[in-house]
Amino acid sequence: MIRKTPFHPRTSEANETGLWSHWSGYLAADRYQMSDKFEYFAIRNSAALFDTSPLYKYRLTGPDAEMYLAGVMTRDIRKCQPGQAQYTIWCDDEGWMLEDAVILRLSPDEYLITTAEPNLFYFEDLIGRLSVEIMDVSDDYGALALQGPHSRRILEQLAPEVEDLGYFRVISAKVGDAAVTISRTGYTGDLGYEIWVDRDDAVQLWDRLLETAAPHGAVPCGQDAVLITRIEAGLLLIGVDFHSARFAWNDDQRATPLELGLGWMFRDLASDDRRFIGRPAIQREIEERSSRWATTGIVVDWQDWSRLHNERGLITSKDHTPEHGGMMIYDANLERIGYTPSFVYSPILQRHIGIARLRPQHSAPGSRVGLELSIDHRYEVVDAHVSKLPFYDPPRKTA
Amino acid sequence: MAKNRYDAIVIGGGHNGLVNGAYLAQSGVQTLILERRHLVGGAAITEELYPGFQFTTFSYALSLLRPEIVHELELTKHGFMPLLMPSSFAPTEDGDYLLLGQDKDENHHQIARHSKRDADAYDAYGHMMEQVVHAIRPLMDSIPPDITSKDPEERARLAAMGSYLADLPAGVLHDLVRLLTGSTADILEDYFESDIMQGWLASSGIIGTKVGPRSQGSGLVLLYHSFGEHDSDYGAWAFHKGGNGGFTQVLARAAESLGATIELNAPVSHVITKEGRAMGVVLEDGTEFQAKVVVSALDPRRTFTELVEPRELPADLVENIQRLKFQGTSAKVNFALDRNPTFPALEGRSDQYRGFINVGPSLDYLERAFDDAKYGWYSQRPYIDACIQSNIDPDMAPPGKAVMSNFVQYAPYHLKESDWDGEREKLGDVVQQRLEEVFPGFGDLVLHREVVTPLDIERTVGLSEGNIFAGEFLAPQMFFFRPAPGWNQYRTPIEGYYQCGSGTHPGGCVMGAPGRFASQQILTDLQKRNKKSS
Repeated sequence: MIRKTPFHPRTSEANETGLWSHWSGYLAADRYQMSDKFEYFAIRNSAALFDTSPLYKYRLTGPDAEMYLAGVMTRDIRKCQPGQAQYTIWCDDEGWMLEDAVILRLSPDEYLITTAEPNLFYFEDLIGRLSVEIMDVSDDYGALALQGPHSRRILEQLAPEVEDLGYFRVISAKVGDAAVTISRTGYTGDLGYEIWVDRDDAVQLWDRLLETAAPHGAVPCGQDAVLITRIEAGLLLIGVDFHSARFAWNDDQRATPLELGLGWMFRDLASDDRRFIGRPAIQREIEERSSRWATTGIVVDWQDWSRLHNERGLITSKDHTPEHGGMMIYDANLERIGYTPSFVYSPILQRHIGIARLRPQHSAPGSRVGLELSIDHRYEVVDAHVSKLPFYDPPRKTA
Repeated sequence: MAKNRYDAIVIGGGHNGLVNGAYLAQSGVQTLILERRHLVGGAAITEELYPGFQFTTFSYALSLLRPEIVHELELTKHGFMPLLMPSSFAPTEDGDYLLLGQDKDENHHQIARHSKRDADAYDAYGHMMEQVVHAIRPLMDSIPPDITSKDPEERARLAAMGSYLADLPAGVLHDLVRLLTGSTADILEDYFESDIMQGWLASSGIIGTKVGPRSQGSGLVLLYHSFGEHDSDYGAWAFHKGGNGGFTQVLARAAESLGATIELNAPVSHVITKEGRAMGVVLEDGTEFQAKVVVSALDPRRTFTELVEPRELPADLVENIQRLKFQGTSAKVNFALDRNPTFPALEGRSDQYRGFINVGPSLDYLERAFDDAKYGWYSQRPYIDACIQSNIDPDMAPPGKAVMSNFVQYAPYHLKESDWDGEREKLGDVVQQRLEEVFPGFGDLVLHREVVTPLDIERTVGLSEGNIFAGEFLAPQMFFFRPAPGWNQYRTPIEGYYQCGSGTHPGGCVMGAPGRFASQQILTDLQKRNKKSS
């Protein structure tokens, strides 16, 4: 029997479409209304409530927790003070990326980690003699993301301390009777928050949030809408933009953080004295410039896109449904130079955009490339250019 | 402060003036845009008329704006944001309703509640309209040939157009002619049997125009309104963030970022001409600005008979402009509401208010509303195209409150036995009464009401007789003949004086195409002039 999140009594009432996916063994709404695009615009113009409970959640405690994370995680957890959050990744000894996650540091010795895949076996095996306890608390909490330009105005009505909560900061608060942990994080690239709540208080939180949010035009939103925004925000999705090296069969399926556009994590590597897993390999890759790929954005040339459709007598397609396939990218000589694991028409940018994996020599912003697509079962190559990520980055996200 | 000499001056900071000025500036032409009022936008403005409530006083939605303008002027960098209107709601006479959304199959079942035959016909009708729109888009999206010209190049363009039409599938061409010449009712009755489907769809055949759904020529209005799109969804409308005033602010930012100067509170008295050439403009306060290119974004009547001396123009042009039909027939009644109104059959719900609300439940209803206008009076049971825009963009009203735009027909500019200064609030009462019938208790929700008659449109925006398209959408006033035969390519008989308003091809509805095409003509002429002088 498929599992239901702590919010299911409410999400099941709200879902008018009957469209659900299975996400980590839980029912997750694809969309609540007939229009996923309306939910998308709620994220970009008002606010939307997204049930992220299916993510795996781990609580790390103990006097050595910081030392443990400093050795396991690629980014330096020591720079994440209590009350802060950090986006981080972990790699294997070869410097291949395993996963990414956000860590919330609740106190000097207490952390919460959310991950897309189960990691307890992996994490526990690395504890050794350190005094750290890792608990899988996935089932103990419900988690909600409230994302969008109105999210602060909504949430501060329930938890006034949110008003001053900075980007990637964490607080404990109360919403009604429910104790919650609120972080200013999200997967949409917009102003937004993520809220953890004891599963028994989940319905109460949902009700309070929605009651407060509705006058702002906020609505529950499903995965379909969020998956558009995360491409606009240039945020990677495991299983799509990369795969965990733990379960890869060959190096084509593996990628390094540098190859995935996360080189910014190593800006201070010279002054970083940690021996974290994968460091020698990453350092070598930096020194030898041996990355096989660069991850960047590509933007399709709108005129060429229209031309290809016009030539077939078709209305120009502007479909906001993400394609998680792997459309091939070519250079001017039609040599294959990469692919786009994630591609979508962005309503807010009015452009077809993709997260692309390209050979480094072709990855400079502005470089011209060709993207292969199929129109009426015919392969065509449409003009595109390389662009920096993220595509969409409103100042309010961090303001 | 603006300097006194520019390469080009655009008179009027409505959407076409801004588009035109932005394109000129983009090509390195030093451009000054002069706007009479304290804000740009012309009829596409948003105003806070009641604290916290943003009113789209006149123009209220977006569809026909050409996508190439969005790309070429990089409008998304300046905040361009067309919000989806996911629903369309049409109350019937008996308290039932038609509610359509984004799911094709769900729409089928919704229509089938009224007629199973109509549910299938809707797909057939939609495909027919899409095919016709797709077929003649290239004609709408280019500068039309000059049918009066003997120039071989123009003749060749005319011939090419003929060939293009001849190459269309016969059925598409036939449907095109039916739409261009027939009535909206004739076309809809071919497909639909239910009153509500006929009434709902017929509204696009009358909006902004002094025709009823049974008038020959209303098919053209229906077709024109189908030219728009929202992300390639033909015929779909969007609500721009902040209303159409939000959109024109985006245009203004784009124009300024490209180097154009915008001067507000700068009403132009007239264009300075010398020996048949435009030399600049004079403001009403006497200030002069010089430029070799002057572009009027005003309507044809103002462009040819007020900004310049008609005696400087060919007599046939003046005569054609004087015969141009304006006869504005639309009004707006906008409300600030304490909350969303209640529709009894959907009590407790408000998702039906995320798009247009069509109060025009049958062809007969619309035709009777038109009857009043035929005889010089405003409709006593008017057609209303309503939209409670705060449901699409919550920033239009305080949380929980609502702002409602009501486009109203018919309200003829010329009233037979009274005038609009005397009838304004009575029109507001008629509209409010009609809304009370649809939404019982509506009156109790009203915090503020704004009534905009055709006279107010003329006074405030400057559109002659309050015609929202700057000239009626009637066949003799379109394409080859917009605004007059021989002058449909944005030039005028005065060298250096151009027209770029909605009174030129293709027309109104916040398309932006007139402004864009005019800029192309101006830039072509400037290039020729520069070649000559070099």
